[in-house]
Amino acid sequence: MSRAEPGAVLEARGAALGYAPGVPALQELELEVRPGERVAVLGPNGGGKTTLFRGLLGELRPLSGELLVHARLAVVPQTERSRLDFPVSARDVALMGAVGRLPWWRRPGGAEREAAEAALARVGLAERIHDTFGDLSGGQRQRVLVARALVQDAPLMLLDEPFTGLDAASAERLERLLVELAGEGRALLIATHDVDQARGWDRVLCLNGRQVAYGTPAETLVRPVLEATYGGDIVDVDCPEHGHERAIMPAHHHHHH
Amino acid sequence: MLASVLSWLTDPWADALSRRALLEVVLLGLAGGALGVWVLFYELAYPAESLAHALLPGLVLAALVGFPLLLGGAAGLLVAALAVALAGRIEGLGRDTAVAVVVTGLFGLGVLLALSPDTPAGLQGLLFGDVLGVSDTDLALAGGLVLLLLVALRALHTRLLVVGFERAGAAALGVRAGAVDAALLVLLALTILVAVQGLGNLLVVAVLIGPSSAARLLTRRIGPLLVVSAAVAVLAGVAGIYASYHAQTAAGASIALALVAAYGLAALVRPLVRSV
Repeated sequence: MSRAEPGAVLEARGAALGYAPGVPALQELELEVRPGERVAVLGPNGGGKTTLFRGLLGELRPLSGELLVHARLAVVPQTERSRLDFPVSARDVALMGAVGRLPWWRRPGGAEREAAEAALARVGLAERIHDTFGDLSGGQRQRVLVARALVQDAPLMLLDEPFTGLDAASAERLERLLVELAGEGRALLIATHDVDQARGWDRVLCLNGRQVAYGTPAETLVRPVLEATYGGDIVDVDCPEHGHERAIMPAHHHHHH
Repeated sequence: MLASVLSWLTDPWADALSRRALLEVVLLGLAGGALGVWVLFYELAYPAESLAHALLPGLVLAALVGFPLLLGGAAGLLVAALAVALAGRIEGLGRDTAVAVVVTGLFGLGVLLALSPDTPAGLQGLLFGDVLGVSDTDLALAGGLVLLLLVALRALHTRLLVVGFERAGAAALGVRAGAVDAALLVLLALTILVAVQGLGNLLVVAVLIGPSSAARLLTRRIGPLLVVSAAVAVLAGVAGIYASYHAQTAAGASIALALVAAYGLAALVRPLVRSV
């Protein structure tokens, strides 16, 4: 792990990303992410979250500026992207995290299987290693994909809306796991629509075709920034647990909460 | 009674032609059954059928000039692949249509060549296979194919799973989807090339599709799927030879029907074994 590494795992210096020359889909990226930070990536659909992730994966080269990834990177995709009819068990999926480190002619062996089982145990699925992936609940599938990223043992993890579709218990469990992973010195970029949840994390990156803001939750989760991020399309929601404060939510997403 | 059952079972093995045929279908069943599982999950049934049909002109030309069928088939496959790639670039035609145009064109050309007055008889063998006429070379090739597939499918196993499971995420896991696709297509082309000698141009796809579809009804684990599919293919192939031996039916067609019948049988017993 990269706990001792003082530098940033991810840097953007005036980066612009896009799918055609001269047509940036996301620009003015200027940020640094350090080990152990949980970074919420907020923005409307089409705001540039997917574009940013593709840039970090190296699938898109910056049109201008610099986007530097200094650490190995693992992705936790949305579970809807994987095929539920595919004949794989939870352990098979976790094992996929090991394949990138092996030469093409080698199959994962005992050491890799142990790593996969340990990762599944960490996400609370020790009893489910032989279950067919498609038979698991949405929350369990999400945790299997987190286990796969753990097997990759990457210092930087991208999570694509990991809380979407989870029930309260699964969400709480995943939230605790993310705290642990950050505690180990991993940097986590978490795409989310849940502004309230992002308040508990270390940094917030607001995207809407460009970088609207990057900073602590206190600096970024304020009305002007959120209006610029979601285009004024936000609503106030009474939130008794915050006392007199009112949480601000993107209008078309607050039902997720 | 027992003696007659035994002789019913052993007679085909005493006959030299049938014994070779049995060996050939066992080998092709192992290869086609295992590879067929990946053909199924990579949705390659249509490309597989297209390749098998499109290599006919190559086979016919090889038969005409007395070249080994294997070489002719290989050349036919290359021409077919190039033609499909070119036709696929035609604006507004669409991939599936382009494949259909090329395949029917090449298949028609093959039949035209085969039915010309100067051609020695033998079109039937190329179309429907001649599993009772397999040579030692055919058997050695089939054996080599089984070995190659065993090694390759084992080595590529996890990568095949990664790309099939989540193509878009393969790169993030360090797997190049294009390379895995290419490897699978090469294995498929080789299997068709070898199997087409025994099972024929029209029926070879049955060994790739029937057993794997049947196995898919019975289990949802990749390991058991590969084993069940190969076993079903071997059993159906052997059953086809027995039918052909005892009822004097055409061998290739009997095998193809047995392979498809295995799917029907699997559908019937599915409620009993679905928990596997």
